[in-house]
Amino acid sequence: MTSPTSQASTSHTQSHSATGHLPPVAMQFDDALQQHDACRLGMWLFLSTELMLFGGLFLAYTIFRIAHADVFAEASQHVAPGWATVMTALLLTSSLTMALAVQAVRDGLHRRATVCLLLTMLLGGGFIGIKLHEYHSLYAEHLAPLFGWPFGYSGQQDASLAKMFFVLYFFMTGLHALHMVIGISLLCWIMVAMIRKRDARRWSTAAEMVGLYWHFVDLVWVFLFPLLYLIRPDKWF
Amino acid sequence: MSGHSTRPYFVVYALLMVLLALTVGAATQDFQAWNFPIAMLIATVKAGLILVIFMHLRESSALTWLFASAALVWLAIMLGLSLNDYLFRMG
Repeated sequence: MTSPTSQASTSHTQSHSATGHLPPVAMQFDDALQQHDACRLGMWLFLSTELMLFGGLFLAYTIFRIAHADVFAEASQHVAPGWATVMTALLLTSSLTMALAVQAVRDGLHRRATVCLLLTMLLGGGFIGIKLHEYHSLYAEHLAPLFGWPFGYSGQQDASLAKMFFVLYFFMTGLHALHMVIGISLLCWIMVAMIRKRDARRWSTAAEMVGLYWHFVDLVWVFLFPLLYLIRPDKWF
Repeated sequence: MSGHSTRPYFVVYALLMVLLALTVGAATQDFQAWNFPIAMLIATVKAGLILVIFMHLRESSALTWLFASAALVWLAIMLGLSLNDYLFRMG
């Protein structure tokens, strides 16, 4: 920026206050736009590290699946693709409501933002609910190789290799579910601000970053769904 | 950025649901070795729609695109080089 900082900052504040959608500028930034871009960039950098975190599990999955394709196909028939389809639909719908919520915060529409955030949380909660139900049925079938719980696999394929599928299943979906819980907490934080009718301008960047996070978690599931549930579906529910 | 139409979000949502139906439909068919590539292709298209529209890459700076692409490059290195070992290891 060649123009004096104060001048640039003032002009941006003025141009945006009419529509009211950018937060006040912190001292280290030239103007609101630069602040917003820096935030967005930082979030994408964080999401890159998140992708590396999930990437390690995807790599482990790929190696085991290539080495033991038939084991994974058979073991995956113990999870329910029908429910997973419902979960995918819930999550995709929640991404729509999330995108609408971010737009509503930007536009300063407190009421609409609150409704959209609440819907996103409910859809996410529904996802977690079905997930927990699935975890419980796997636990009941002795297919949850965690915490030293009893594990017994009755199939054509080798039980210790099938165990590897369930280990990966629990770690991949578990890490994903943990991200969802964090996401729901963040949504709650933004929603409280909207209910209290706090200046939406201050929250537009925060809402957008939470949105990026939420969509990223959705994106991970888009790959988990066919990898874990649709190898060779047999029983749908 | 304010006052944007929400229409693209609904269009993308409809496409995502169609792709979901497509991936479930494809999984019920036996395409032999092609089931996996088809499932991954559909997932990639879904991911692309989410990235470009929901995650606003469409309206983001070139630098943001660079950061997003860098993540994919590192992932490709991790998957590619590791699989290069596992797929072609002799003995």
